[in-house]
Amino acid sequence: MPINYYIFLSVALFAIGVVGVLTRRNAIIVFMCIELMLNAVNLLLVAFSKMHHLKAAALNTATNAGSDGQLFVFFIMVVAAAEVSVGLAIIVMMYRNIHSVDINFLNRLKH
Amino acid sequence: MIAVLLIVIPLVTGIAAFFIQNEKTVRAWSLFASLAVLAASLFGLFLSGNNQWLEYNHEWLQVMGSSFALKLDAMGQILCLLNALAYVLIFIATWNRSYEKANRFFGLMLLTQAGMMGVFLAMDAMLFYFFWELALIPIYFICSRWGGERRIAATFKFFIYTFVGSLLMLIGIIYLQSKTPDHSFSISSFYHLNQTLSGKEQSFLFWLFFIAFAVKMPIFPFHTWQPETYQQSTPAGTMVLSAIMVKMGVLGVIRWLMPVLSIGAETWSYTVIPLALIGIIYASLIAYRSDDIKKLIAYSSIAHIGLMFVAVFAVNQIAMQGVIIQMFNHGINVLGLWIVVELIERKTGISKISELGGLAQKAPSMTIFFVIIALASVALPLTNGFVGEFLMLTGIMRIHSQYYLWFTAFAGAGIILGAIYTLRMITKIFYGEVKEAVTNITDIRWNEKLVLGVIVVLIFWWGIYPQSILNFTSEFSKEIVDKINILQFLPSKTGL
Amino acid sequence: MQNALHIAYLIPLLPLIGFLITGLGRNYLSKSTTGIIGSATVLASFALSVWVFMQVKGGNTFTADYFNFISVGNVTIPFAFKIDQLSSLFLLVVTGVSFIIHVYSTAYMHEENQAQFGRYFSFLNLFVFFMLILVLGANYIIMFIGWEGVGLCSYLLIGYWFKNKQYNKAADKAFIMNRIGDFAFLIALFWLISKINTVGYDETFAAAAAGKLSATDITVITLLLFIGATGKSAQIPLYTWLPDAMAGPTPVSALIHAATMVTAGIYMIARSNVLYSLSEISMNVVAITGLVTAILAATIALKQNDIKKVLAYSTVSQLGYMFLALGVGAYSAGVFHVMTHAFFKALLFLAAGSVIHAMSGEQDIRKMGGLSKKIKITYITFLIGTLAISGIPPLSGFFSKDEILLATFIKSPILYGVALFGALLTAFYMFRLLFITFFGSFRGTEEQQHHIHESPAAMTFPLIALAILSVVGGLVGIPEAISEGGNKIGAFLSPVITSEHPHHVASSTEFTLMTISTVLVIGAILLAWFMFKNYKAKEAVGLGKVLENKWYVDELYNTVFVKPTKALGVFLKNVVEKSGIDGVVNGVGRLVQYGGRQMRLLQGGQVGSYILLMVLSMVIIFVIQFFLRK
Repeated sequence: MPINYYIFLSVALFAIGVVGVLTRRNAIIVFMCIELMLNAVNLLLVAFSKMHHLKAAALNTATNAGSDGQLFVFFIMVVAAAEVSVGLAIIVMMYRNIHSVDINFLNRLKH
Repeated sequence: MIAVLLIVIPLVTGIAAFFIQNEKTVRAWSLFASLAVLAASLFGLFLSGNNQWLEYNHEWLQVMGSSFALKLDAMGQILCLLNALAYVLIFIATWNRSYEKANRFFGLMLLTQAGMMGVFLAMDAMLFYFFWELALIPIYFICSRWGGERRIAATFKFFIYTFVGSLLMLIGIIYLQSKTPDHSFSISSFYHLNQTLSGKEQSFLFWLFFIAFAVKMPIFPFHTWQPETYQQSTPAGTMVLSAIMVKMGVLGVIRWLMPVLSIGAETWSYTVIPLALIGIIYASLIAYRSDDIKKLIAYSSIAHIGLMFVAVFAVNQIAMQGVIIQMFNHGINVLGLWIVVELIERKTGISKISELGGLAQKAPSMTIFFVIIALASVALPLTNGFVGEFLMLTGIMRIHSQYYLWFTAFAGAGIILGAIYTLRMITKIFYGEVKEAVTNITDIRWNEKLVLGVIVVLIFWWGIYPQSILNFTSEFSKEIVDKINILQFLPSKTGL
Repeated sequence: MQNALHIAYLIPLLPLIGFLITGLGRNYLSKSTTGIIGSATVLASFALSVWVFMQVKGGNTFTADYFNFISVGNVTIPFAFKIDQLSSLFLLVVTGVSFIIHVYSTAYMHEENQAQFGRYFSFLNLFVFFMLILVLGANYIIMFIGWEGVGLCSYLLIGYWFKNKQYNKAADKAFIMNRIGDFAFLIALFWLISKINTVGYDETFAAAAAGKLSATDITVITLLLFIGATGKSAQIPLYTWLPDAMAGPTPVSALIHAATMVTAGIYMIARSNVLYSLSEISMNVVAITGLVTAILAATIALKQNDIKKVLAYSTVSQLGYMFLALGVGAYSAGVFHVMTHAFFKALLFLAAGSVIHAMSGEQDIRKMGGLSKKIKITYITFLIGTLAISGIPPLSGFFSKDEILLATFIKSPILYGVALFGALLTAFYMFRLLFITFFGSFRGTEEQQHHIHESPAAMTFPLIALAILSVVGGLVGIPEAISEGGNKIGAFLSPVITSEHPHHVASSTEFTLMTISTVLVIGAILLAWFMFKNYKAKEAVGLGKVLENKWYVDELYNTVFVKPTKALGVFLKNVVEKSGIDGVVNGVGRLVQYGGRQMRLLQGGQVGSYILLMVLSMVIIFVIQFFLRK
């Protein structure tokens, strides 16, 4: 399968994430959109990694080229998990305090 | 060892002062500390020539190529003595002034002294910079915590000015260090740079250092922080600033600028000498029309320092001797003037010349002291001011430039203008009928008499027999001039 | 063995000790003690000076080197005194006249309270100290110490009554005008040092003689020194301070502003005669400045109504004559006139002081008149002084003035004519003063008239002493035409004044000149008698008004120098400093603040907007990265 399909899918996912972050006001949805962007990137990494490995294996059988892309994905997933737990905790606290998860109520940071 | 003591005593006593809660105790403590510093400094004078006592070298930040190198050379001796003596006099003269949070005030004062001592003694560029900043920060707090109504704005300006200057200097120092063959900050390595750095580099680096020192002195047009700061900060702070701290700039030029970047200095001499000369006339004329005594003295100080700066650029032994002796003279003279001004302001709450008058009838002793000190500052013969200004102007007359006559004439015009504004001040404040605002003033007390007496004795001692100090500094001044002169400073520029 | 003259340092030291005692003890010593100490120290100096004079007369001249004042590199300035014919003569005049005036002051200043009295005497002693330093110094720097020092004392004493604003202004003016002259003096010294590394008299003159100084150098140095002299000796253009200096007590005017300090310029030029004689230009400048000043001041004196102001302008005018003498190369005549002038002008001032004393402080001659009968001693001594200054033989002024006129005649008959005219003016205005003050009817108030009395003995004795000196003082300089070898003073000074060439004119010419001047002077006196024997005060008009206002020179200086300086100061302070330099500095600060304020608006706190910006920036970066980079 040509790499282009992966790229199109990934860009589409990323764009959806970006638009979601920019337009939605609900913090949880914004959060999900961020995850979406991360996963778009993950997808791309995995795809490239796979392609790279295939190409390298064709020339040399004993290679592990492209495996660093996979590793990155794992890292990102770990970090994303941590981020989700912290982020959700913040959102919960926010809801407790202001009874809303609307991010536009959060502009008090500027003071 | 003495060099270390001079820094450590005020540093340690200063830190200790923060923990003394009782105002009276802390006052006595700091007076005691300053006396100890004075004793150390006098002991240093006594040991002069005995290098193992006057030098100190210790490893410090070796990775960076910096070492803790201190040395009391002749200029250092004179300035440390000034620093030590001025502190004693300031503490005695302002004995009766009470301060809010006195422990912090005296602690900061002593820390400033430690910083200035370090500047006068450091023989390592990094160390020099370190102490330069160490002196700046506590004096900033002194001026902004205790003082007049607009002190915050004034000291903020002071701080920004000086700090910008310091940072430029830091860049210059680091650049120079990278150019030394052994990557060292020591002054001897810096002195060798003079021949290896290209003219372009030098002329660029010159400004990095010049601005730092010009702000501190100050040289026109980097001076506008000074009158306001002097006017707004607490008298003790003003005294420290004008009597001692401005000498840091002059010392910087003599020790760190001219011998290190003499090509750069020569390249720009036709720019900076006129600046200083303009400053002399400019500041004198403003002083002539100032209605505030503090501003008047501040501007007169700019004029005096401008003359010293031009004399440094004359690069000959006579002028250099004049500058060194005048640094001390200006310090004690201006200190004496500030002490009287502080007294007047403390007793009447006025510092406007137009509102004062007739003090001579109410406070004759104060008048006599003030007149003597003021006349010394306008360089009347047989006072210390004359010796310094005479030597400096003689040296300026020998400047290797076809414009030497103009330089002398402009620099000397300050003598006439100085007489004009000083006499105007004396006449308006002390003579004439007693004005209503000063009817309650009393004459000076014993402690003030003691301080002013010491100053007057020094004025006459060094005015009548200046040779005692001239002998002391002659070797140093010759050496430094030779260092600057390595490449024939200012050869006759007939092409210009 | 050390030269006996080594102890010459005592001569200035004694008055200094007097200064310290009277000054520090002003609150403790009674007035009579102060007076005695003040006078006694000067008397002791006088006695020493007489002794020194005798030594010098016996051929013992000496340069006493005490210690190194300043020694830097190849420049060494010793603190040294030079005792020779010129300085010993000045020592005598200075200490002698000073002593007389000290005695006079004990009575004149009697109404002052104890502390002020002490202050007065301490200043007076300090002045004597500096004047002696000036005279004794063996190099220009030591001279300069005295030079500025006497200026300081003059300042302190003019402003002695410091409650009066006008007096303070006069004091400031004196100091500042002197400072301008001193500045030129200093530049001359710098010049000397930069050329020959020394300021010693002997060394300088030797260097000049050896041709180490170029002609330009000598001309510039002598001219600069002369500017210094115009300040100190009140010549054009720096003379206006002297008339104002009359604000000081009258004995001060007599001592400082007539007899001693103002002659410092003449002393200096006589001392530097070797240098001056090498520059034709400088000589001419000195002569012409002196002559113009002499005439200008004499014309102003014609219309002054303050007794001291007339004398002040007369002093300026007489000093002009002395400079004329120096300028035509008759140095010893100039010095001779300094001496006789010291006698008769001090006498005139002290007598004027006695008049003012009698008139309870009144100085306006329009309110005097007919005083000759009431204060006889004052009148007679004043008359003697007036005759002496007018040049009536055989009083002292005749001989010295005659010698100046003769030297001028030899140089140029035109200058002689002008100088003679000035001499006539002198006789005229002095007798105008005499007649208005002492003749006619009294024009003051009843109370003043009632109060008129002769002064106490402490004041009249000095008058008598000075009157005697004014009469006989000229006998040391009798012209050669009258008596062979009569010009003792010229002969005495000849070792110092080496550049003066003996002039030879036929005795008949000399006699003719003397007769002409004497006859014309008597004519001027008679004219004054007819015009002023019954004086009535009236408003001056036309030229008279211009003269009364001193040719409006003060106003001119005020408009040309003082006001522009003030305006420039205000301009710099308010415009350049505030709006210019500080404007730029604060402008930088304001720019940063403004920038900060504008940037702050971007930080709206809306998370969405942050992210939007972030995305937009990223898009822009991508666009740049992919499409615009080549």
